[in-house]
Amino acid sequence: MGDAATPLLKTPLHAMHVAAGARMVPFAGYDMPVQYATGVMREHLHTRQKAGLFDVSHMGQIELHPRDGTVETAMRALETLVPVSILALKPGRQRYALFTDENGGILDDLMVANRGDHLFLVVNAACKADDIAYLEKHLGESCEARVRDDRALLALQGPKAADVLTALDPAIADMVFMDVRDANLAGISAIVSRSGYTGEDGFEISVAASDAPELAQRLLENEDVAWIGLGARDSLRLEAGLCLYGNDITKETTPVEASLEWAIQKPRRTGGERAGGFPGADIILKQLDDGAPRRRVGLKPEGRGPVRDGAPLFAEAEGGEPIGRVTSGGFGPSVDGPIAMGLVPTETSDAGTKLYAEVRGKRLPVVISPLPFVTQTYKR
Amino acid sequence: MLKFTEDHEWLKIEGDTATVGITKHAAEQLGDLVFVELPDVGASFEKGGDAATVESVKAASEVYAPLAGDVTEVNQAIVDDPSLVNSDPTGAGWMFKLKLADPSAADSLLDQDAYEKLIG
Repeated sequence: MGDAATPLLKTPLHAMHVAAGARMVPFAGYDMPVQYATGVMREHLHTRQKAGLFDVSHMGQIELHPRDGTVETAMRALETLVPVSILALKPGRQRYALFTDENGGILDDLMVANRGDHLFLVVNAACKADDIAYLEKHLGESCEARVRDDRALLALQGPKAADVLTALDPAIADMVFMDVRDANLAGISAIVSRSGYTGEDGFEISVAASDAPELAQRLLENEDVAWIGLGARDSLRLEAGLCLYGNDITKETTPVEASLEWAIQKPRRTGGERAGGFPGADIILKQLDDGAPRRRVGLKPEGRGPVRDGAPLFAEAEGGEPIGRVTSGGFGPSVDGPIAMGLVPTETSDAGTKLYAEVRGKRLPVVISPLPFVTQTYKR
Repeated sequence: MLKFTEDHEWLKIEGDTATVGITKHAAEQLGDLVFVELPDVGASFEKGGDAATVESVKAASEVYAPLAGDVTEVNQAIVDDPSLVNSDPTGAGWMFKLKLADPSAADSLLDQDAYEKLIG
C-alpha cells in the first residue's frame, strides 16, 4: 500500500463497477468504487430509503478452525486476544470484537461469528495481513486460520434489504440482527449475516468469488437496489455513529476511550467469570471501573460548514491549547448538515458542551451530541 | 473574454473585472456540493491564493484566485444553495468577482480550446 510499484488488487466485482460507471480509487491496496454515476449524496439517501448494494470484498474473511475439532477451543483461544465474551456466542450468532494490544490500544475491530464447528471472522482490509499473522502467531497451536480470499463479500443495506433478499431465499425472513446462517440465494450458496455498517437493517453476504457477479446481478435486477460506493459507505457509518478503524479507533485509543465499553461483556470485566486475560487487560479493566482520560463523542457543528478529521478542538473561541481533535467528519445527507466524531477529555465530554473546531484558521462552534445521529433500524 | 486555469476555474473578463467560477468538469469531479465559503468583499489576493472553499459530502477543496486582484462582489446565492454550482457552474453558480491588478496578466491563462485539451 502506498507503494506505486505494487499493482492494485481487484475484487471479483471490479468489472461490474467499471461497467456501472464507478469512479475507482485506491483503497487499502484495492482498486475500489468510491462512487457511481449518481454520486455520494444520492447513493447515501437511496440506502436510507431503499436498498444499497456494497462490494466489501476487500475485507478479510478468516475461518478459525480448532485443531481438536471443538469450537469451544477456538472460542477460548480467541478470548485471549479480545476483551469480548466469545464463549457466550451461540451457533448462528455473531458479535462485534476488538483486537487490543498490551497498552490497551485497538489493533483492529472485527466481527466474529460462531459457525458451529469454527469461528468466522471479518476484519478490516487495511489490517488483514497483520491480523492473519497475529492470529497464526498467537493461536496457531490450537487453531488453524484459513484465509478465505476465494470468497467475495457483499452488503445489502436499507429498509428494502429484507424484501429483496427474502425474494431470493424466503428462509432468511426470520433472521434477526446479528444472526448468521447458510442461505441459498436463487441457487447460489452463501453465508448471510443480518448486520452492516450503515445503521440500517441489512445483510452481509459472503459467497464464492466466482458466484459474486451473478449474485450481484440478481440483486440489482430488483429496482430497489443500487450500487453504493465507499464515499456513501463512510457518510452512512458516520451518521450511524460507527467507528472507522484508523480514524476513530487506533492503537492510540483504548476501547473505553472509544466509548466501546458496550463491546466488553460482563464475563470479561472485573468480577466476571473470565475477567481479563486479553492484551492490555490491566489498563482496560481499570478504565472500565474508573473512567478513561478521553472519550469518543459525537460533534455537531453549529453552522453549515463541515469539520473534518484531524481538525483540532478547543475549549474556547480564542486562545488556549487544543484539548482534543476531530477523528471523523463530513456532511450527513440524511441529517442534512455537517456531523463529526472526535476525542475529547472526559471532563468536557457531556452532551451539550460547546467546543470549537479549527478549520482553515477559524474556530467553528461544535456541540457534543449523542450518537448515533440517525435512528438505527436494526431488526432485533 | 473567457479564460481557464489548470486548476479548473473559469474567468469571464470584462474590462478590468473577472467573474470567477469552477468549470463543469470540476463540478462533476467534486460531486454534489454541500457547503461553499466565499471570500470577503474587499479581500486582496495574489495569483494562486486560497480564495474560496467548496465542500462535498466527502471532501473540502480550495478555489484559488486565478489572478491577482481585489474581490468586488461574491455570489451569496451559492452559499445559500451550494447545489447551484453543480447545476449551473458557469452561470448561476459563479463564485466571486475580482478587480484585476493587471488585466493583461489574463493573456497567460488558458483559452477554451487549451482547457478542453487539458481535460481530454
